[in-house]
Amino acid sequence: MKWQEVKASVTILGTKVRKDKAQLSVSVKRFVKKLENISDNEAQEVLEEKNYVAALGICAQDPVGNGSNISGGEVYSFQTPKRSNKMAELASELAQTPEQNVAPDHSKCPEKMAKTPQNSKRSSSDKVQQKSKKKEFVSTTPYRLRKRLAAPDPYLESESEYSASCSEEEDEDEQKEVSTVLSDQKTPAKTKAASTPPPRNSLAKKNKEQKMGNLVEEYFEAHSSSKVLTSDRTLQKLRKRRLSQQTLHDLLKNAPLAYAAEIRDLNQQHESLFSKWMLQLHLGFNIVLYGLGSKRDLLEKFRTSLLQDSVHLVVNGYFPSITVRSILNSITEEVLDHIGTFRSPLDQLEFITKRFKEDSSLELYVLIHNLDSQMLRGERSQQILAQLSSLPSIYLIASIDHINAPLMWDHAKLSLYNWLWYETTTFNPYVEETSYENSLLVQHSGSLALSSLMHVLHSLTLNARGIFRLLAQHQLEKKDNPSYPGLSFQDFYQQCREAFLVNSDLTLRAQLTEFRDHKLIRTKRGADGVEYLLIPVDDTTLTDFLEKEDEDV
Amino acid sequence: MFPAPDFRCTSNDSEDTELRFVTCQSLWNQIKSETEQIQENLNKQLLENLVSFLSRSHSDFQEKTTEWTFKMKFREIPTAALVLGVNVTDHDLTFRGLSDVLQDNITPYVAMLEAKDCPGIKNLMQKLMGQLMNCDLDVDSLEDEDCVQVSQNRVRCSMPSLISWYDSVTKKTDSETPSKKRNSSSRHWQSPPVVVVFKDMESFTTKVLQDFIVISSQHIHELPLVLIFGIATSPMIIHRLLPHSVSSLLCIELFQSISCKEHLSTIIDKLLLTSQFPFKLGEKVLQVLINIFLYHDFSVQNFIKGFQLCIVEHFYSQPLSVLCCHLVDIKKRVYSLSHDQCENIRRLPSFRRYVEKQESGKQIELLTNDSFLKVETKKLLEDLHVYHENYVRILRCLHVFTSSLPKYPLGKQIRELHCACLENRVWETEEYESSLQLARMLNKTDLVTMLQQCVEILMSSSGKEFDRAVEKLKEFLTQFQNLEGGLCSPENNCLPCSLMHHFFLKTLLELKESRRSKKLTKFEMLRFEVVDYIDSLVRRYLVPADERTLHEVVYFNGAAVLRGHLNAAPRTALHTALNNPHWYLKNQALRCDGGGISNKAPDICIVYKLHLECGRLINLVDWLEAFSTVVMAAEEPNDAASSDQVDDVIHARFIRAVSELELLGFIKPSKQKTDHVARLTWGGC
Repeated sequence: MKWQEVKASVTILGTKVRKDKAQLSVSVKRFVKKLENISDNEAQEVLEEKNYVAALGICAQDPVGNGSNISGGEVYSFQTPKRSNKMAELASELAQTPEQNVAPDHSKCPEKMAKTPQNSKRSSSDKVQQKSKKKEFVSTTPYRLRKRLAAPDPYLESESEYSASCSEEEDEDEQKEVSTVLSDQKTPAKTKAASTPPPRNSLAKKNKEQKMGNLVEEYFEAHSSSKVLTSDRTLQKLRKRRLSQQTLHDLLKNAPLAYAAEIRDLNQQHESLFSKWMLQLHLGFNIVLYGLGSKRDLLEKFRTSLLQDSVHLVVNGYFPSITVRSILNSITEEVLDHIGTFRSPLDQLEFITKRFKEDSSLELYVLIHNLDSQMLRGERSQQILAQLSSLPSIYLIASIDHINAPLMWDHAKLSLYNWLWYETTTFNPYVEETSYENSLLVQHSGSLALSSLMHVLHSLTLNARGIFRLLAQHQLEKKDNPSYPGLSFQDFYQQCREAFLVNSDLTLRAQLTEFRDHKLIRTKRGADGVEYLLIPVDDTTLTDFLEKEDEDV
Repeated sequence: MFPAPDFRCTSNDSEDTELRFVTCQSLWNQIKSETEQIQENLNKQLLENLVSFLSRSHSDFQEKTTEWTFKMKFREIPTAALVLGVNVTDHDLTFRGLSDVLQDNITPYVAMLEAKDCPGIKNLMQKLMGQLMNCDLDVDSLEDEDCVQVSQNRVRCSMPSLISWYDSVTKKTDSETPSKKRNSSSRHWQSPPVVVVFKDMESFTTKVLQDFIVISSQHIHELPLVLIFGIATSPMIIHRLLPHSVSSLLCIELFQSISCKEHLSTIIDKLLLTSQFPFKLGEKVLQVLINIFLYHDFSVQNFIKGFQLCIVEHFYSQPLSVLCCHLVDIKKRVYSLSHDQCENIRRLPSFRRYVEKQESGKQIELLTNDSFLKVETKKLLEDLHVYHENYVRILRCLHVFTSSLPKYPLGKQIRELHCACLENRVWETEEYESSLQLARMLNKTDLVTMLQQCVEILMSSSGKEFDRAVEKLKEFLTQFQNLEGGLCSPENNCLPCSLMHHFFLKTLLELKESRRSKKLTKFEMLRFEVVDYIDSLVRRYLVPADERTLHEVVYFNGAAVLRGHLNAAPRTALHTALNNPHWYLKNQALRCDGGGISNKAPDICIVYKLHLECGRLINLVDWLEAFSTVVMAAEEPNDAASSDQVDDVIHARFIRAVSELELLGFIKPSKQKTDHVARLTWGGC
């Protein structure tokens, strides 16, 4: 009962908002404020309303100045041209309390204060003691981009002007915002946005205005120089123990999940929609879930609670070796009990279509986790999946995560898919999805983990291990030479012969082929046509490996 | 997100949910068949033209004339270029209709080719022959089972084999028993043309098209081939795709399908501006659907899909939607309402407003007595029905006026006017005011035609509601006729609409002001009267729907839900979740105003926020340290003994957050520098 009342009042407000567009930004704010007390959902409705209108270009006015509802160009672009030390600065900002004035950081980076004035304001609200980690930051910032900053860029100029008066007092912040807006008006690309009085939290807006003016220049500045200015530190120097998949998993399992209760609430909200999903699937729609957080558990729950008695197929799209063919195969082989092969996926699809059309009692639920995964995002795969999903008795429910996932589909595919979009932000960690080798983690800890190196080597003959050792030792000896091309095949053969490991270059070649198959070595041809051999493993791992080997022997 | 009265398993009375579902389904089926009917009617003309073209195209082949010289001279393939518009998703339906019509009237040999199936000429031929031979089998597989089951694998896919197949099929038809022959020849000719449809001409590779055309033009005298190109852009594309040497082999005739905007107008006209269907769309919902159409895809199919979703949502979420039925059923349904449903009615805001307006005795009756309530509800629903019928008539009348005014202050299309009227009281808007002013300047001829149109519209209504209005309008018409002599002189300041250009507008209005004092002519007086009368009709009948009692029963207003499902913004959702986790996780610790986030935010939010500060490349070590600084600060300073272990945990959390960002597509591993990742947002690297 209460809900409906609220809703009615909101719709009235919504229409008002649309009516007087001139006072839009101001009035919407007031409404939103009023509404916040009543119900967050309803407020969202109004906000999204506005957002949508702005996005459609009906009114070119700024969307509501609320940080959470930003549309269009503000989403995912550079905020400003970047300086190498920005991240550290932001980190210390986020960590510190205002009382605790950290002299070195502040003196070093006045611009930052101008850019993010309310960060410090905000962090003043949560009383947090800062740990002494700052000294490291001084060393992390070897490159100052003074030169770049000095480039003729009106915004940066104005920003650094403000930095002189930078302070943490609120009223001064306010002033600054006003003056920024004023200076904005001078720039050519300014529209009516500048003429509206600056709202309370105008940072987002300010950034946007800046971007409109300098969008092009910023883009080219960011992409102009091929030289990338970041610090040279590497993980090796950190002397941190590398984490294997298993330890990582264990560590994360033990670490408590933050905001578990809230996340549970969120998920329960989504779970209440299950029966609705079922209904809509049966009415010919397919369902796609989006939003931050793993939707795997949600779909699993959907499956276990509603699909137990029906034929269903779960596709783990994130699995690195999944293909459309394997999906089609499991449909033909396991659902349709068809034995035999097909010449092409299209033929197979045709067969499936025919079978499903012939037999109207056949029904199949297809759940695809990560429809946008590396393996499935190709045009042809999507086409086939779309055609599959357009069959009336195949019900598809899928999840997407990648920010560009909707770009996979053109109008033709979208109409085949017949999606209903559901926002299911879960905030669940992507445990399964990121646990495969294509994730950063492996690259993070060297492209080949020590354990796998050991594992492969142990399955080889003693001679083969000897050969590999030889190569590893040689590589370690040359580790200080950055332009080390690898060991040439001839030299290597010579050494192996001397160590009585091989008796002909054929045996060596056979051995090397085996290594290459296991990705233990890489060969490349130098400029002089000589073949060079290299172990694509970083030096620490290699040292560790040799130590372990020594222990074993 | 929204309250979930379920279709199947929620509220206390399962009967109604079932009934609602059934009502919903039957309504949808009606609407679906209606839309299909509309589509068919709209395409009728086009298809007729195409059929006559096809039958003309190979008439000489029909007659089996052997004017070889004639044929040798013209190797042109008859080709129909079918301009269908950019709404690619709607084309399928058109093509399906086309193929049905062709198979019924012209030829059983129709092949539909799509670019995605034909990357090369070989695939094209394969597909073509497969389709042709299959359809052949379909036609007479019942009669002769021993018909050679030509599998496309074994037949060499080439033009000669196609021709020999064609010869054999046509000969077979010739030599069949007379009875059968008559049967088949009633539908098709003896040697029907082979029609090849290129559904999406633009996406075909030029080479394939060219090859196919050149090859088949060589055989045109053996095989009566007709091509149909489905074109989404403009006919020019043919000449852009095909060089002159190839396009000269085609004898192209252009066909234009109806534009999608007209199609939409018809759909809206037939689905919304009618009392045929009890279900109605609210203003915002309609606006959302129209916007998706205009700004996203021009697809009528999607519009209908959205409409379907509206129906489903309405019947799903509104328990009282059980009353959203045809007039004849209302009585039965109202009287069988349960007590809970009665309570639901009492809770409706519009009903409460209604109750408040009643005298106290009736108020109590309405709120306590179920059967009294039911009687009243039935009456109100019938009123609502009548209201809607009248609304549509007057809306059309008003549209007659507004659609001819200069600059269309109330919109050119009736749907815009409809939206304006639904949104709020249209007579209170500025646009309406200015349209009336403009209407007061219409000349006699225009005014008379408009009045005549209005009379026609009002006459077509079945009820007696408008008898008086019709009379009145007719009276005006006769008065106009009786007015005599030089009416349209400039002094009378009446202009044909076409002349009321906006340059004049201002001066005209000023002129009018200055003449206010002057005595009005008879014509002017009459004109004022007419406009005032129309105005009174508008005020009486075009009340916005949400001011009517019980409008919630038939009007669907969940614009936000609809938009969320049809026109979602996944990127915005991600952005919100990353920048403002408090939006989703209602925890005070996450609450913060301004653009920043709390350092207690979920790991991924912190990592994301940090990475925003970087340029193209991000150093993982720096990132990790920044992250651990933030996280350590957020955590309570606990015992330092286990700091090493804490470090590992933070490290692990960092790894997880970073790989999650990679999965989301914000970063990717980079080989440019050791231990660096590249940012992907904005253009990539």
